[in-house]
Amino acid sequence: MQQSSRRSGITATPVRLLTVIVIPLVTFLILYWGFFFLRDSSAPKEVTALTAIIWGVGGVAALYLVSNWLVEQLGDTWRARIQPFIFVGPAVLILLWYLALPSVRTFWISLHGRSGSEFVGLANYLAVFTNRNMFTAFRNNVLWILFGASSSVILGLLVAVLADRSRFERVAKSLIFMPMAISMVGAGVIWDMMYEVNPNIGLLNAIYTALTGNAPIAWKASAQLAPWNNLFLIVVMVWLQTGFAMVLFSAAIKGIPSEIVEAGRVDGATEIQVFFRIMIPYIMGTIITVSTTIVIFSLKIFDVVQVMTGGQFGTQVIATQFYREYFTNQNSGFGSDIAIVLLLTVVPVMIYNLRQFRDQEAF
Amino acid sequence: MTTATPTRKQRSNLGPILVNGSLLLIVILWMVPAFALLVSSFRTRFDIQTTGWWAIFPHREWVTIEELKPGPEVDRDGVMTLAGVQGTFTEFRDGITRNDGTRVLWLGNKRIGKVKVQAKKWTTSLDFTLDNYGQVLGGKTFNIRQPDGSIRTEQAANFTGAFLNSLTVAIPATLIPILIAAFAAYGFAWMRFWGRRTFFVIVVALLVVPLQIALVPILQDYVHLKLNGTFLGVWLAHTGFGLPLATYLLFNYIRGLPRDILESAFIDGASHFTIFVRLILPLSVPALASFAIFQFLWVWNDYLVALIFIGAKPDVQVLTMRLAEMVGSRGNDWHLLTSGAFVSMILPLIVFFSLQRFFVRGLLAGSVKG
Repeated sequence: MQQSSRRSGITATPVRLLTVIVIPLVTFLILYWGFFFLRDSSAPKEVTALTAIIWGVGGVAALYLVSNWLVEQLGDTWRARIQPFIFVGPAVLILLWYLALPSVRTFWISLHGRSGSEFVGLANYLAVFTNRNMFTAFRNNVLWILFGASSSVILGLLVAVLADRSRFERVAKSLIFMPMAISMVGAGVIWDMMYEVNPNIGLLNAIYTALTGNAPIAWKASAQLAPWNNLFLIVVMVWLQTGFAMVLFSAAIKGIPSEIVEAGRVDGATEIQVFFRIMIPYIMGTIITVSTTIVIFSLKIFDVVQVMTGGQFGTQVIATQFYREYFTNQNSGFGSDIAIVLLLTVVPVMIYNLRQFRDQEAF
Repeated sequence: MTTATPTRKQRSNLGPILVNGSLLLIVILWMVPAFALLVSSFRTRFDIQTTGWWAIFPHREWVTIEELKPGPEVDRDGVMTLAGVQGTFTEFRDGITRNDGTRVLWLGNKRIGKVKVQAKKWTTSLDFTLDNYGQVLGGKTFNIRQPDGSIRTEQAANFTGAFLNSLTVAIPATLIPILIAAFAAYGFAWMRFWGRRTFFVIVVALLVVPLQIALVPILQDYVHLKLNGTFLGVWLAHTGFGLPLATYLLFNYIRGLPRDILESAFIDGASHFTIFVRLILPLSVPALASFAIFQFLWVWNDYLVALIFIGAKPDVQVLTMRLAEMVGSRGNDWHLLTSGAFVSMILPLIVFFSLQRFFVRGLLAGSVKG
């Protein structure tokens, strides 16, 4: 106890006072200079990139180091009071700036007109729900959820069960999981090629023309197929997300105590019955989590549609309409509205998460 | 369970052939599109346009075994005798089949055409090249004269620059949120302070908030701060959008670390900062690695955030943007699209396959998220 009192008071010596001011100042100046160097310099790209990485990562580390050092100069009581905020403060501030406040600000903008200056109240919302393009977008998102999310979940479960019984489990899972590493833009290019009209490039048309003798079809860009041309884009998401579902299901299936499954078999249950009556109920929690995650994913889907069709041919979704209204049509009010609608769709999940959190004993 | 008990795998009643067969079928279906891209990226521009990528597999095709050049003495308007068969020009143009299964085909127009004798043979098209990659990675520039006389310099598909930009964006955008989240997770798990619960509720609530909600206001801020199109701006944006998950994951992990380690360190007089740097960070390496891979793949593959916050500046464009732009402007140049797409995937694929274990662990830990 006595030892700690030695630390109290930062005015012990003028030298100390000076360091307390100088060190943060120097840190700040270095970071400040780095910012302008990166923003305005015309140095070779490699140099800029390296500086950027060192400056960015080192800068954040330096900020923690220096501010913590400052707090350690204080007396015990004040240190105990302030130090937690050195630890959680940056995270909380960034979260407030980047996610919490923007939700409110976007709502405020959504009540305003095209340029953001005149107040129009809920007129934008009325427009969103009566606009024909928006209606198509909503319908398409429903298609994405109905077909995309469900296919991913069912296929993921199927692969997980099959792999669990196969000797090639690791390889098979690894390959099905692989698309998770590929960007949606890259996946868009991959599947664009599959759907290409030229039957020398597009496998789908090569098969189609060889089997039927008909002229090739522009699958994703065909207005005749609408709204089913959406399915060709949805396939891309299924390709990307099945691996995700599979990994979680696979872990859940491995967690089923083998006694339960064995007991079922001993009682004469068929494999199908074991699957539906024992395994499915046991991993229901995982199924719900995975489904929710993929449903949210399909609600927010953007890249695939933007790259493959640009939202044309009746394939627009909520997120592409948001981009189009805000950035292409420069209608900030309407665009913000769509973002708010997107937020509202995930509110149930948010409430569920908060409930779960409240029920936890830990906090 | 004793060691003598047979595992479920061995006792399965379902035919192993059926199981492995269906699994193989799904795996093949899954691999075909990516395989098509990889193969096409190594084929020449001409090959891509004229034959499908599946031509690399052995298949039967007409192969020329003999070529004739009909002289001027041949009467092209009447019945001709060429390579042992008789026929009119139209018949030759459609191809006349000989008794031995070969065909005689007239290529080109009446006056200066060629006649080819072809047979069906097993062939493969394995004429691979690295030229596509050379074109995509090389940063050639073109000077285009505009109608008004000014000269506009346009960069060819410079994926090398975009690759560097992607690295510059992805490395700090992975490390910064981890650092900030680790500090915060430690604070939430081991420190007592005012508002602790409220702040953490905010973290949990923000887990599922779609980032679209933030784009409009943050873009406004960036315009005021002149952060638009800077690396710093993109890092901060990725940090902001990745922080809820990072904090939540790391909090769950750090809270689970044994408490007595910490208490003994305190008794020895270590400060929070020392404990965090010397003890908690090394102990949390598995969780940090899991999230790092998660965030790295996310940032590397991101398109929307890059599009919004660096969209206007071509010299800081990342790979996904460059690729998406190429889809729009050169949608038929498949030799460039395929190789460009593969360049954009190679690093995440390496990271993914070499660190898959950590990635899966992170995924499982994060599965509590909605």
